[in-house]
Amino acid sequence: MESEAKTPLLEIRGLRAGIGDVEILKGIDLTVYPGEVHAIMGPNGSGKSTFVSVLAGKPDFEVMGGEVLYLGKDLLAMAPDERAREGLFLALQYPVELPGVRMREFLRTALDAVREHRGLPKLAVREFNRLLQEKARELGFDQEFLKRNVNEGFSGGEKKRNEIMQLLLLEPRLALLDETDSGLDIDALRIVANGINKFRGPDRAIILVTHYQRILNYVTPDRVHVLINGRIVISGGRELALELEAKGYEWIRQTVEAG
Amino acid sequence: MAQTTAVYESYVQQFRELERDFPVPAWLEELRRDALGRFLDRGFPTARRGNEPWKYTDVAPIARATFRYPARHQASLHLGDLRRRLPWPPGWAKLVFLGGRYRPDLSHPPQPGDGVLFLPLAQALAERGELLEEHLGRQAVYQDDAFTALNTAFLRDGAVVIVPDGVEAERTLHLIFVSPLEEEATASYPRVLVLLGRQSRLRLVESYIGLRPGPYLTDAVSEVVLQDGASLEHYRLLLEGEQAYHIGMGRFYQGRDTNLLSVFFGQGCTIARNDVRVVLDAPGSSAYLHGLYVTDGRQHLDNYINIDHIKPHCTSRLFYRGILDGQSHAIFGGTVYVRPDAVKTDAEQEDKNLLLSREAEVDSKPALEIYCDDVKCGHGAAAGAVADEALFYMRSRGLDERMASILLIRGFAAAVLDEVRLPSLRSFLEKQVVRSLPRLRGEGD
Repeated sequence: MESEAKTPLLEIRGLRAGIGDVEILKGIDLTVYPGEVHAIMGPNGSGKSTFVSVLAGKPDFEVMGGEVLYLGKDLLAMAPDERAREGLFLALQYPVELPGVRMREFLRTALDAVREHRGLPKLAVREFNRLLQEKARELGFDQEFLKRNVNEGFSGGEKKRNEIMQLLLLEPRLALLDETDSGLDIDALRIVANGINKFRGPDRAIILVTHYQRILNYVTPDRVHVLINGRIVISGGRELALELEAKGYEWIRQTVEAG
Repeated sequence: MAQTTAVYESYVQQFRELERDFPVPAWLEELRRDALGRFLDRGFPTARRGNEPWKYTDVAPIARATFRYPARHQASLHLGDLRRRLPWPPGWAKLVFLGGRYRPDLSHPPQPGDGVLFLPLAQALAERGELLEEHLGRQAVYQDDAFTALNTAFLRDGAVVIVPDGVEAERTLHLIFVSPLEEEATASYPRVLVLLGRQSRLRLVESYIGLRPGPYLTDAVSEVVLQDGASLEHYRLLLEGEQAYHIGMGRFYQGRDTNLLSVFFGQGCTIARNDVRVVLDAPGSSAYLHGLYVTDGRQHLDNYINIDHIKPHCTSRLFYRGILDGQSHAIFGGTVYVRPDAVKTDAEQEDKNLLLSREAEVDSKPALEIYCDDVKCGHGAAAGAVADEALFYMRSRGLDERMASILLIRGFAAAVLDEVRLPSLRSFLEKQVVRSLPRLRGEGD
């Protein structure tokens, strides 16, 4: 594979994590190269959300072992906002409402923080507005939408599209998408998938967590991993997702147990 | 018990000195004596059982300590000390009280053309004795309230504000009560009487501010009467010192077709009590009460608010919000009463809290007592959202913790601050929210 020659964007070795004393991730190894899309699939409760949350630094979780290198740096030693400024982005499964916080102000503050870290100048108001409007349009939002408070009173689909809009605005290196496809109707799914494909690029990578293979019809993964009970039990190409769809997770469990 | 007896004896002794040094007309002397008797009968409301109004606030520390009247001659107070800590627009009339006593040398009273009349209590007794006798102690009923009784017993000075019939006061009036500057534990008893004539209008700000950290007691009573058709825009700011005990009573009486907007801002201290009672005693009136309280460390702040709908066709809104950090404790007890006559009442209340720490605690108890059909009443769920999720969400976009907290808190506070109609006060409060929370203070703040 051509990417073998490049430096990995992300190297995860033996990652174990959980809440309190309860171990949820029981040793995960994964290497992601620039340009790749990895899909993480698995039944409910297998640890998919925990996995990306731990990578993003969510304080609810405790790392119990292993290491994660992001562009060669110790990711786990960084605060969540530091990770974000370094180019990591988590699209949340349940985006949080921020009452009284306007979209425009929030996104401007975020973009300023990220750009400052990258040594780029702040955008002038007019430039920022133009950029934001362009990204909003790509996700099917109008001007009025940008005047609202972040996620407050948004429909489920609007919340998910808002996450992808932020992804396109902030231009990270590594996107972690936590079930961004769940609960979307087919039109919203197309818009979201379109946004993800726009984000794809040779220097960027995506870890896409999903319960269903439906989104993979629109966003073609390079690798598919199946997470069960806190471990990646099988990895493969695009065809693995299709096989899963046809046979169900029970099939994997039996296959794995049979060795 | 012996210690407690000594405390009450100390109040009696101080009362004798007050009677000796500050003689007042017979009717007021009688009022003060009666109030002292009531206070001694009842004692401080320290009972931990069957004491609903004080269920969450234990005033034992106040009952145990001996707070003394401040000395006659106070350490010097500079205007600059106040200007830095308070909203200070040039256009406002400013009345400064130190330890409960009026300080004309630091004040800018309203001018004759401003439409509003301010009198220090002593002057009001001499010039408007009858008016005072009619109103003083009428709204702030002390018979069943120890702290109101104590304030009334020690009535010596205060602010009397009068807006004549039909007058719309031009100038905003700022009453500034500065806690005593002595090192020892002092008590002050600020007193305010506001009389709005028919069809009159006033903007009034009351500030209670401490300039030193040590323990002291502020026992404050404000009585406000809105006669038919009057409108009042009222703000109350609690900016007491870290270790202060502040027990504050606001009593509002609304006549026919009156409008009250009252916004409270409270920064926590050892014990802070914001006790408000609004009586809607004639049809066609409205009372909008908004509040924002911010607590940190081991602070304790107790909102105890009662709105009494007695007559038909009145509207009330009681919307409060709290921001809690550290191990602080805040209480919202809001009760709206709808009496049997009060048909077509329209009442709503809601209290929301933002918990920045898992150790902070809020007890939020909105309540409706309805004795009448044909009303529209509601109360919002008492929400205490822990801010963790929101803060993580914002940090996951690259905002550092301080920036994320500021955005979140400013957004949360906006719902209350948007009700502040004085721009200079609004921007002061926006900054004060940040100053009240150590976690938000940046370099150089």
